[in-house]
Amino acid sequence: MTSDELKKLKAVKIVDARAVACPGPLLAAKKAMGDLESGELMEVYSSDEGTKVDIPKWCGKMGHEYLGFAESDSYFSVFLTKA
Amino acid sequence: MQATPSPAKAEDQLSLVVFSGDLDKILAAMIIAIGASAFDMKVNLFFTFWATAALRAPKKKSKGKKLIEKMFGFMLPKGMDKLALSKMQMGGMGAAMIKGIMKKQHVASLPEMFATAAELGIQINICEMSMKLMGFKREEMIDYPNMQVCGVATFLADAADSKIQLFI
Repeated sequence: MTSDELKKLKAVKIVDARAVACPGPLLAAKKAMGDLESGELMEVYSSDEGTKVDIPKWCGKMGHEYLGFAESDSYFSVFLTKA
Repeated sequence: MQATPSPAKAEDQLSLVVFSGDLDKILAAMIIAIGASAFDMKVNLFFTFWATAALRAPKKKSKGKKLIEKMFGFMLPKGMDKLALSKMQMGGMGAAMIKGIMKKQHVASLPEMFATAAELGIQINICEMSMKLMGFKREEMIDYPNMQVCGVATFLADAADSKIQLFI
């Protein structure tokens, strides 16, 4: 999905992990998964560049669907849906 | 026909030997351990040799130590806040600087990482032989929910059932 398409999506759960470095964003995403039902959308805010590479890898292993990321001014959003 | 036993299957488990007592290496171990928890892996940390000093509680004391044990206790870092870097230590300036940079870059401190590890149910096993060598007693170690003193068989049994084994 393109960045513009992603930005139009309404996430059921927004996880703000901008104030934490590795492995913070991953852990925050994992903890918040408990609040979602299968197929629901999560948006993770991060300013840790590694998150862009890490979250897709994590999704691959956990079975969640990684949709992509969209840049904002000083951070970016990673979109995924729960397995 | 004789049924062949199915081979033991490695579980989604990480077993990590924490040998080094260096701040940087224990940080690496804790980051990997917490990351593995995010992958729903069970994590076992086997603290041995120099790493055991990181688990000392700064304010706890233990009585009845022999002279050599007291000497070891005096020479080794008293807890995770006193650990030195493996490189660029510069008489303590290095560790202080890296802690400052970590804070600025929003990297969790070592005590914060241990608190997270406790919350995630990460298991800490302390090598009994190392405790004896260093003269450490169980009562002077940190309060941590899933912690036990044990031997190499515990590590081997855990490692045999783990997809990932590491030595740091």
